[in-house]
Amino acid sequence: MIEAPDLSLGALAPFLLVFGAACVGVLVEAFAPRERRHPVQVAVALTGTLGGLLTTLLLAGERQVTAGGALAVDGPAVFLQATIAGLGALSLLMFAERSLDPARSAFVAAAAVPAGSPRDRELMTATRVQTEVYPLTTFAIGGMMLFVASNDLLIMFIALEVLSLPLYLICGLARRRRLLSQEAAVKYFLLGAFASAFFLYGLALVYGATGSIRLSVIRESAAAQAGGGVLLVLGLALLVVGLMFKASVAPFHAWTPDVYQGAPTPVTAFMAACTKVAAFGAILRLLYVGFGTSEWTWRPLVYGIAIVSMVVGAVLGLTQTDLKRMLAYSSIAHAGFLLTGVLGYGGGADGTALGVSGTMFYLLAYGLTTLGVFAVLTLVRDGDGEATHLSKWAGLGRRSPLTAAVMALFLLALAGIPLTSGFTGKFAVFRAAIDDGAWPLVVVALLASAVAAFFYLRVIVLMYFSEPAADGPTVGVPGLPTTLVLAVTVTATVVLGVIPGAVLDLAEQAAGFVG
Amino acid sequence: METAPADGLIAASWLLIALPLAGAAVLLLGGRRTDRWGHLLGTGTVVAAFVLGLLCTLQLDGRRLDVALFTFMSTGSLDVRAGLLFDPLSALFVLLITGVGSLIHVYSIGYMEHDPRRRRFFAYLNLFVAAMLLLVLGDNFVALYVGWEGVGLASYLLIAFWHERPSAATAAKKAFIMNRVGDVGLALAIFLMFAQLGTVSYDGVFGSIGLLAGGTVTAIGLLLLLGACGKSGQFPLQAWLPDAMEGPTPVSALIHAATMVTAGVYLIARCAPIYDATPTARTVVLAVGAVTLMIGAIAGCAQDDIKKVLAYSTVSQIGYMFLAVGLGPIGYVAGLAHLLTHGFFKAGLFLGAGSVMHAMGDQVDMRRFGGLAPHMKVTFVTFGLGYLALIGFPFLSGFYTKDAIIEAAFDRGDGWGYLLGGLAILAAGLTAFYMTRLMLMTFFGRPRWEPGVHPHESPAVMTAPMVLLAVGSVAAGFLLVVAFPLEEWLAPVFGEPEAAEHVVAPIVVSVLVTLVMLAGVVTAWLFVGRREVPVTPPVRVSPVTRAARRALYADAVNESLFMRPGQWLTRALVFVDNRGVDGAVNGLAATLGGSSSRLGRTQTGFVRSYALSMLGGAVVVAGALLAVTTG
Repeated sequence: MIEAPDLSLGALAPFLLVFGAACVGVLVEAFAPRERRHPVQVAVALTGTLGGLLTTLLLAGERQVTAGGALAVDGPAVFLQATIAGLGALSLLMFAERSLDPARSAFVAAAAVPAGSPRDRELMTATRVQTEVYPLTTFAIGGMMLFVASNDLLIMFIALEVLSLPLYLICGLARRRRLLSQEAAVKYFLLGAFASAFFLYGLALVYGATGSIRLSVIRESAAAQAGGGVLLVLGLALLVVGLMFKASVAPFHAWTPDVYQGAPTPVTAFMAACTKVAAFGAILRLLYVGFGTSEWTWRPLVYGIAIVSMVVGAVLGLTQTDLKRMLAYSSIAHAGFLLTGVLGYGGGADGTALGVSGTMFYLLAYGLTTLGVFAVLTLVRDGDGEATHLSKWAGLGRRSPLTAAVMALFLLALAGIPLTSGFTGKFAVFRAAIDDGAWPLVVVALLASAVAAFFYLRVIVLMYFSEPAADGPTVGVPGLPTTLVLAVTVTATVVLGVIPGAVLDLAEQAAGFVG
Repeated sequence: METAPADGLIAASWLLIALPLAGAAVLLLGGRRTDRWGHLLGTGTVVAAFVLGLLCTLQLDGRRLDVALFTFMSTGSLDVRAGLLFDPLSALFVLLITGVGSLIHVYSIGYMEHDPRRRRFFAYLNLFVAAMLLLVLGDNFVALYVGWEGVGLASYLLIAFWHERPSAATAAKKAFIMNRVGDVGLALAIFLMFAQLGTVSYDGVFGSIGLLAGGTVTAIGLLLLLGACGKSGQFPLQAWLPDAMEGPTPVSALIHAATMVTAGVYLIARCAPIYDATPTARTVVLAVGAVTLMIGAIAGCAQDDIKKVLAYSTVSQIGYMFLAVGLGPIGYVAGLAHLLTHGFFKAGLFLGAGSVMHAMGDQVDMRRFGGLAPHMKVTFVTFGLGYLALIGFPFLSGFYTKDAIIEAAFDRGDGWGYLLGGLAILAAGLTAFYMTRLMLMTFFGRPRWEPGVHPHESPAVMTAPMVLLAVGSVAAGFLLVVAFPLEEWLAPVFGEPEAAEHVVAPIVVSVLVTLVMLAGVVTAWLFVGRREVPVTPPVRVSPVTRAARRALYADAVNESLFMRPGQWLTRALVFVDNRGVDGAVNGLAATLGGSSSRLGRTQTGFVRSYALSMLGGAVVVAGALLAVTTG
């Protein structure tokens, strides 16, 4: 006999909306006439994502497990889903920008045409716009939202694949430097498949050790097996490896610089902001819910990985000359800082972890700043697309003061300078780690921040204190979508730095896991 | 006195700061688009702030109201809140800043009319007003410090407004650096309070100041005084203020006469509970005031630059105020009353000087003036009233407030009281001398104009503020001392006024001061008025004059005591830095860069090596976990 699981439609509404919008997008692609597709697709994707954001916010304060125990609705899930939906909507706006590239879009018109063929050159200058990217991205957003809410490992794996597959595809859709973009997509796909295999193998081992894929059952079983069965520990290690890959934590970061550089910049922004949130949401849930009682097993591991990630990100970032690659290493270093927060296991109100609230705040702040920084990158262009080489940015402060000032603000936030959101985020995660006695880690983190600050500030110095290059890039005038993205991200970066109290409180209230 | 949460209009008193700040933001960010109406917006925000400040003050009713703004960060022991404090003392400053500020903004519309960068000028003025209001409205020392640095920045930008003149750029730098010296004191005082008391709010600090050891309180008091000396141009940090006259004249009137330079007096009055607890620091305040009073007055006697005379006069008058607040409870109100009346007549005098310069083609040398009275009647009359108020002519502003300070000095009752009172009376005579000299050289005598100069009266937009300030110069003293005693208004802050026992009868002091003042006027006439003023300053003069001309060698002292040793120290440090520190840092940077490139080689671009590194990582992770759990 098959029992129908209990389904709370309210709890499922965000997913239904986002995935529904993605499916509608596929239909639009099939049936709408080509010339009308772009506005319709943008509208459908934004409606779905913003609807998802709205319905998620309505769930605030709920605590339940639904869909046969597969889905958790709790503070972290709601906070992170809302973060993903919001950041996703902003990314979609960046995708929809049509006034920067002379060919009206950052995406290739026909992805299947071989790069460099006569047909490709023909399409290069055509203003045909490719719209498949919108349903694909909506699917990825839905997958990410499911990722942070999944209460069992199999759902988590499915969510991982739902969010990854569209990402592999859209990485290869750059209009310019197509070979680089396609190479990035293939690399990301191969390594992602490799990482998924790790996750799946870990899942199997954990199932073998505990007899369940439900996180709550794993928790009980792990508590009972104090001292740890080898299977369980190996399983945990492999699961962690799979998740760390998505979060681009060193030493599982190798794909990050290549993919960030090759992917179209709006896609890089989307990956850097949303994937990071989703992956850390899953890491938090796995470690706190599934292995919360055997904290001592993973604690030294996360400790070590955090140090490796911070050091690798900060040190390797020093010698980068391409801004997108530099930001990739910055993202690796930030993953290390975020792991510092994951270690803050106690200290919050009503037994919740200060680390969870700190990490969630950091994710929100970092996501917004990162989106902003990549949005600025899309503005500065030369004949060959975006001018991402560091030398092209020399003297930008003189040529286009507003753009340079906005970029400087974001870089200061990434460096964690007070009165920006980056400082508040770092403060929150470091405080959580110190409360839990991990002060040596915080010392390393501060040193890494100092090293990383060097390459952020170098860009600022270059923009303001160098002579502009003679054949320098032009700064495009952004259309409404990118302007909107910049306005939101600048405001958020300043507000979360100057009056972060309300959002910090919100994160603290939302720090309790269910399950 | 209890602090209550703000209600009514006062709850919105943050708008006082926000309005001019928004004005500055619009003008600076708006760029050339705002050129056409920028000066009107800049003036409008300050006038609006004045109206709001006036309404708030009318609602205040002697209360002490706290305007909670927001919590910046609240974590465990660290609790940083931002809030405003609206009490009779801050209300007084709000009215002075926005009131005089409004008049000077209006005046500047005319004064800066032909300057291509007028919009930027108004943006800086707005920025200054916002920062100054934050300084006097903050409810904690950090807010005060932010405002303190803000006015310093605005002052720097405005002194260097005509930065194409090397002298203006140098003066701005000098002001900035000497202020920095003072600011270090203020910052250290705040650190010390936070370290010792764990709070920087006024309520918290003043409530628990009694718990501290005497030496600590004295240290705090002296450090605060250092800050006050820097900002207010008091000995030994007075030398920047006269140079700051390189800025446009409205700036001299607003920032370097009426408001910013009185911030030091505000600081000491606000920190009355601290100085009440440390007689040593209070005595130092007294000494600083007395010394500065004399230095300013002596230096003022030998200057030929009209604005420098007024600047030394400002130094000297602020010395009076420091002297007053250094006297303790008997002097606070007298000092603040003098601050207010001084705000009126000194601002008026500066605006008058600006009007004269406007007429004379930006000439500032008084040896090139003379005989201007018939050509500029409004300027002459308003300037003359300001002059009479400043020298303490009976029943004008300065008469009331300066006498009050001299009386308070005598009221100390001991030998020091007589000494200070005597010095203050002597300085009143010197004030009368140099101001009369200024009047005679500018408005009377034979014209000694440069060829081609045709003096004319300034437009109404400039003379109207001068007239209003002249009215204030005449009436403010009477209003503040006799009609609506300031003592009663400030009673919630400094306590109820006591019926003072006078050591020397007030009438005796008044007569004495008036006689000395008249002696000063007559001396000036004997020296300047009845003989021809040479166009080039005479070279064969007495050593006293020579010393006064060089402002008692303040710059020479600064240079030999601080600048040269400082330069030597810098050179030595640069040497150590180049050889030692840079070596270490460069070595570290080279190591980091080297390891970065070496590590970078792992980024081969081949998927196979990436996968291998992941596999390696996974093996290490699994191995480590196993080792930790089973080992």
